[in-house]
Amino acid sequence: MSRKIVVPGESIVKGENYLPGEGTEKRGEEITALRYGLEEESNGLVKVIPLSGVYSPRRGNVVIGKVEDITFNGWVIDIGTAQRAFLPLTEVPRYVNKDALEEVMEIGDMAVVKIWSINKRGIDLSIKSRGLGKIEEGIIIKVNPNKVPRIIGKEGSMIKIIKEETGCNITVGQNGFIWIRGNKIEEELLAKKAIFFVSEKSFIEGLTDELKKWFEKEK
Amino acid sequence: MAEFKRPDGRKPDEMREIKAKIGIIPNADGSAMFSTGDTIAIAAVYGPKKMHPQHKQNPEKGVLRCTYTMNSFSVTERIRPGPSRRSTEISKIIEWALEPVLMLKKYPGMVIDVYVNIIQADAGTRCAGINAASMALAHAGLPMKNLVSSIAIGKLDKQLVVDVNKAEEDWEEGEGATDIPISMTGDEKITHLQLDGKISKEQLKEVIELARKSCKKIIEIQRKTLKEIEK
Repeated sequence: MSRKIVVPGESIVKGENYLPGEGTEKRGEEITALRYGLEEESNGLVKVIPLSGVYSPRRGNVVIGKVEDITFNGWVIDIGTAQRAFLPLTEVPRYVNKDALEEVMEIGDMAVVKIWSINKRGIDLSIKSRGLGKIEEGIIIKVNPNKVPRIIGKEGSMIKIIKEETGCNITVGQNGFIWIRGNKIEEELLAKKAIFFVSEKSFIEGLTDELKKWFEKEK
Repeated sequence: MAEFKRPDGRKPDEMREIKAKIGIIPNADGSAMFSTGDTIAIAAVYGPKKMHPQHKQNPEKGVLRCTYTMNSFSVTERIRPGPSRRSTEISKIIEWALEPVLMLKKYPGMVIDVYVNIIQADAGTRCAGINAASMALAHAGLPMKNLVSSIAIGKLDKQLVVDVNKAEEDWEEGEGATDIPISMTGDEKITHLQLDGKISKEQLKEVIELARKSCKKIIEIQRKTLKEIEK
């Protein structure tokens, strides 16, 4: 299956058998691309996968953000979106003293959060799942959010290799922030280097094998 | 009509050599360079991001904010850097030329910043700027109905020419020079038309026809550039 790059205003397919998906629009008989990216068609649904641009939040995404502000009933977290992201007190799975929210998270703390819902007023977050919550140790790096699917790989294959080779625990936020924690700082730095290697070489085919070779050379 | 000689020997409907590139500014969310002959424009797009100052937020739809600047060394005689009457006007023109293709309804309370910078000027800077900005917006992954391309048509005495340069803009023989920058979307809808001088109704129709042909060529180049995978 070859995927080709489409530009806004370009017609992707013609005919009545197709449905317009994300990043596309139906104009008469044709399905037209509305944004720049790779076209993909499955079961008659045509969509465009973006190649560039800012992170667009989606329900269910796990992201990493920084506590920006504390209000009387929760935390405002900067997750790199234009909309305001809010983590309400009720979405914290433990007892919190309402007069001392900063005991849980202070301004400037980093946290792994999940997007619970997106509405007109902003984004609501939650930390009511396993693996979510305040980040206590390790390093956080930032990559281009469009490279995140490549770093994770098909069914997590790419990130699995990095985890196994370095012995680090890695959490990839959909907004491009990646949290690495290992036993030794050297291992963390190696994982960081590997992630940057993947994001720079993201256009290469057969990158998993390439990454294995890279690890052999690095060791 | 008798053979008309342009100062640089081009045919009346011949454009200058076009070069285009995307992704030239790593820090921007989208960027592009566009040059015709000696005119070079670069554009950078940031956003959509939260509109600041807050009182400029529009709760109904997003705001497109363009800033056009000319580098002080872009012309033969140094120009004072910073905003001028001319640059504010062109910034607004670029906004108006691009807004019809953008779907700003999706971004209430947000702003899309477009910075257009002219690093070398030889007439037709607003057109080069619009072409660069249109590519940069697409590169930033923003939903757009179509790409926009722009061209300046000139009338030297009575002859219509495409893509005027500085020497032609200063034409003094006969009726002098008339400058008509036109912007069009990929489906040949006009988003911007200016006229600096005098022209008859019949000839304006010819101008639009010429612009249509040239814009088609430019759009092809823009599309081709965007399709070449970076690196």
